[in-house]
Amino acid sequence: MKKLYEYSATELAKMLRAKEVSASEITEASLDRIAAVEGQVDAYLTVTEDIARASAKKVDEKIAAGEEIAPLAGIPIAIKDNICTKGIKTTCASRMLENFIPPYDATVMEKLKAQDIVVTGKVNMDEFAMGGSCENSYFKKTKNPWDTSRVPGGSAGGSAAAVASCEVPLALGSDTGGSVRCPASFCGIVGLKPTYGAVSRYGLVAFASSLDQIGPFGRTVDDVSLLYSAICGRDKRDATSRETSLGNVVGDVKGLRLGIPKEYFGEGISAEVKASVYAAAEKLRSLGAEIVEISLPSTDYALAAYYIISSAEASSNLARYDGVKYGFSGNRDGTLNDLYLSTRSQGFGAEVKRRIMLGTYVLSSGYYDAYYKRAKLLQNVIAKEVADAFTKCDAILTPVNPTTAFHLGEKCDDPVQMYASDVCTVTVNIAGLPGISFPCGSDSAGMPIGMQVIGPKFSETRLLSIAKCYETAVGGFAVKEM
Amino acid sequence: MNNNFETVIGLEVHAELNTKTKIFCSCENRFGAEVNTLCCPVCMGLPGTLPVLNQQVVESAVKMGHALNCKINGVTKQDRKNYFYPDLPKAYQISQFDVPLCEHGYLDILMGDDVRRIGVTRIHIEEDAGKLIHDDSFDGTLCDYNRCGVPLIEIVSEPDLRSAEEAKAYLETITTILLYLGISDAKMQEGSVRCDVNVSVRPKGATEFGTRCEMKNVNSFGAVYRAIVYESERQMEVLASGGTVHQETRRWDDAKGKSIVMRSKEDAQDYRYFPDPDLLTFVVSDEKIAALKASLPELPTAKTLRYVKDFGLQKVDAQLLSVNKARADFFDSCVALGRCEAKTVANWVLGDIAKLLNEQRIEITDTALTPEHLVSMIELINKGTISNTAAKTVLEEMMAKDVEPEEVVKEKGLAQISDSSALAGIVDKVLADNPKAVADYKKGKTNVSGFLVGQCMRATRGQGNPATLRDMVIAAIEKL
Repeated sequence: MKKLYEYSATELAKMLRAKEVSASEITEASLDRIAAVEGQVDAYLTVTEDIARASAKKVDEKIAAGEEIAPLAGIPIAIKDNICTKGIKTTCASRMLENFIPPYDATVMEKLKAQDIVVTGKVNMDEFAMGGSCENSYFKKTKNPWDTSRVPGGSAGGSAAAVASCEVPLALGSDTGGSVRCPASFCGIVGLKPTYGAVSRYGLVAFASSLDQIGPFGRTVDDVSLLYSAICGRDKRDATSRETSLGNVVGDVKGLRLGIPKEYFGEGISAEVKASVYAAAEKLRSLGAEIVEISLPSTDYALAAYYIISSAEASSNLARYDGVKYGFSGNRDGTLNDLYLSTRSQGFGAEVKRRIMLGTYVLSSGYYDAYYKRAKLLQNVIAKEVADAFTKCDAILTPVNPTTAFHLGEKCDDPVQMYASDVCTVTVNIAGLPGISFPCGSDSAGMPIGMQVIGPKFSETRLLSIAKCYETAVGGFAVKEM
Repeated sequence: MNNNFETVIGLEVHAELNTKTKIFCSCENRFGAEVNTLCCPVCMGLPGTLPVLNQQVVESAVKMGHALNCKINGVTKQDRKNYFYPDLPKAYQISQFDVPLCEHGYLDILMGDDVRRIGVTRIHIEEDAGKLIHDDSFDGTLCDYNRCGVPLIEIVSEPDLRSAEEAKAYLETITTILLYLGISDAKMQEGSVRCDVNVSVRPKGATEFGTRCEMKNVNSFGAVYRAIVYESERQMEVLASGGTVHQETRRWDDAKGKSIVMRSKEDAQDYRYFPDPDLLTFVVSDEKIAALKASLPELPTAKTLRYVKDFGLQKVDAQLLSVNKARADFFDSCVALGRCEAKTVANWVLGDIAKLLNEQRIEITDTALTPEHLVSMIELINKGTISNTAAKTVLEEMMAKDVEPEEVVKEKGLAQISDSSALAGIVDKVLADNPKAVADYKKGKTNVSGFLVGQCMRATRGQGNPATLRDMVIAAIEKL
C-alpha cells in the first residue's frame, strides 16, 4: 500500500479536502520519514518540528471550522538554507552565518506561510550556493537517495534529496547557474528555474543578483506547477521582479516545434545521457511535437561569461560578511584589518574564497574591460542568439548535466572539471530564461538522467506542459525505495 | 601669499536630501533621532535584502541639475562602489559611476561686480553611510546606522575656482539654491552639507594644472576658506623652495588650522565600480524632466540681478535679500502689491525686520507678519500718520500677532501729532530746559537742532511729527 509520505502534494491537497487525512497526519508522516531516512540522506540543516506541527494544527482547525483552505495548506515543504526564514536559522551552509537568524521572511516565505504551508526545515546546499555537488557545505555532505555513495548535485542538493527520498513532497531551491536543475536531474525529480524576475528575490541571500532565481522542486509536474504558481509575481521589494502568473498546464505538445541544439550534444556529454535525451525527444515527437535542429554557436562561451559575471557579483554581495554586525566574527582584539582578515579567512570555505578572489580580480582596475565588460558583452550576444533560436522553435531540448551523479569526493580536487559540469545549464541564467529539468531515463548504474527544456521568457506554462505531457506518456516518474 | 602663483580649486559637495524616506527603503529620513532607531534590514544591508529606488530622490536631483544648468541623463543606472568600512553595512555604497543623472552644467556666482561662471562637472545620487562614534567614555567604536541610506546628491565642480573667497561664495550659493528648491536642509553644522576640497597651485600664466591634493572633512563655510588658504600656501611654499607637491588625500583639522596626510596616491583604493544588478537602468521621461524644470523657482543669483536692475537696489542689499528665500519671497510679495517703493520695503526687511528675526533666531515665516500689513504700515508713514519711530513699535506688534497696523496705532495711541498748536508747549519747554544747546545753536553749531528735535520726540513719546518739530524748534530759537 502507498505510504502517506509517498503521495504528491497535489494528491495530499485533495485528500485533505476530502477529509481522508488530516494536516497533522501528513506532517507526522513527513517528520517520521525524516527521522527514518535522514541518517542516510543528510538533507537537513535544521528540522523545525514544532513550527511544522503548529502550522498543521492551524490547518486542521480551519478545516474543522469549515473554513476555506489555500491550495498548499498543510503540505510539507523543505526550504533551501539561503532563503530567509523569520526566526529560523538561515546559514547558507556557511560557518559565516552559522548562527544567523533573520528577523524577516523572504517574500516567497510570506506567500507560502499565507497559504499555511508546513515548513519541515532548512536544507543543505553548497556554501552560498557555489557548487554543483552539495559538497561545499560547511556542515555536512548530503547523499543521493538513489545511491548514497554519490552526490545529490548542487547547489540545492538538500532540497532535491529531501524530495527524492520522500521526506517532503515539495522543496524550494535557488538557481544561479543550474542549482535547481542539476540536483533535480541527479535525484530523478522535477525542478524549475523560472524566468529571471518571475519570482521575487527579496530574502534570498544573494550569490549573483543578476542570475539568481528561486525555483520549486517536486516529484511530479503538477506539484512543481502548484508551488510555482504560489510564489511567482511582482514584488515591490524586488525592483527586478515582474508581474506574471501560471496559465493552464494542459500537458500537450501537439504542434510545438522543439529545437535540438547540436552544440549541447558534443564532446564531454556522456553517451548514455545523449541517448536518453534523444529518446525522450523522439517520444515527444511521437506525441505530436515537431523536432527541429538548431544551432547555438556561442554555447562554448557561456560558461566563461557565467563564471566571470557570477563571481564578480558574488565578490561584492559577500563583502558584507565582515564580522562587524552579525555572523561569524574573527579576531576582535586586533586592528580593524585583523578583524576583516580573520573573519573572512576563517568564515568562508575554499570554494567561496576562490570565487571572491576571481570576482575581485575581474572587477579590478585594469582588468575590468578585459574580463567583466567582455563577459557582459558576451551575455548580450548569447541572449540574442537564444532569442533568435526561438523564431525557429517554441522550446529547446538539451541534457541537464553531461553525466549522471558522480561519487562523493570524485571532483572535489578539480574545480575546473566541477565548473565544466554546468555547461548545459548556465545559458538559461545568462539569458534570463526559464528552464525545467525532469527525468528522462537512467544510466546502466540505475542513476537518473535529466532532460532540460528551455523556453522564451515567461513561458513557464509551456515548459510545464511539455514536461507533463512526457510524464503522462511514460506513466509518471520513478520514485526510489529507501 | 606668494603673488607668483595662482590657486586652482574644485569642490565636491555632498548634500543630504530631505525626502520623507530613505533612498532605498521606507525608513524615515530624519536628523537627530535616537541612535539606531531609524534603520531596517534593507538599510542595514542584512543578507537577502534588496534596494528599491525612491523616486523622490530622482526628482530632487533633477531639480538641482536644472538649477545648475545641467544636461539631464534620462536613462541612467546605479553602480556599486566597493570598499570595507564599519559604517558601510553592505561593504559597498550604491552610487553612480560613469553615467551621472546630471552633467555638464554651470553656476554663476557674484564676486563684487563680476559674475563668475563655475563649471559643474556632474551631479549624481548615492546613499549616505552610517556614523562612527568615538568617545572617551567607552572603549572601541560604536556605530549609528540611522544615516545609512539617507539620500545624497554629490555636486562636483570643474577646477574653475581661483580663490578661497570664490570657493566660499560658490558653496554659499549652492546651499542657498538647495534651500530655494526645498530639497535639503543644507545645514553644514548638522552635516547635511559636506565638502571635499581639491586644491592645486601653478605659476601665474601657466596653462597646465599643478598636482592637486584633496582635503576631506571640511565642514563649514569658514573651514572651506581656511583650508584653502592653508593648503594653497603650503603648496606654494613647497614649490617656491624647489620641492614637488605630491598627490594625496589630506584631512582638514579646523581646530588646529592645518591639514594632515591621510593617504598618498599610491594607496588610492580601487573601488571596483560595476552596475548594481539589483537596480535596473532607470528612466526619467522627457515630460518629467521638462515638468521639473518648469517647477523651479527664480534662483538667488537671478533674483539679485533683478533687484539691482528693476528696483535700483545696491548689489550688496540685493544679495542679502536673495540669500534668504523666505525673506526674498516676502519682499517680492510686498513689492507685488504695488503700493510703495521697493527700496523702502528692502530697508525694512533688511533693517528692523532682520534685526528682530536675528535676535529671536527665527525666520520671517515663523512670525505673524504679512506683506499686506507691512505695506499698510509703510503707507501710514508716507501719509504722515505715524513716525518712523512709532512704526517700529507697530512692526513688533504685527510680527507677534496677526493685527492691522491701524489697529496698533489706535490701540497704542501712536498717531503722529503734526498740529503745531499741540506741539508748541513741548517745544517751549524743551528749549527752556536746554539753555546750553540753544546757546550753542546761536553760536553757529546748528547741528544741535537734531538733539533738540530728539528731545521733543521723546517728550511726545515718539508721536510728534519730526519734520514739523524741526521747523518749530528752529523758528523758536531764532525768535529768542
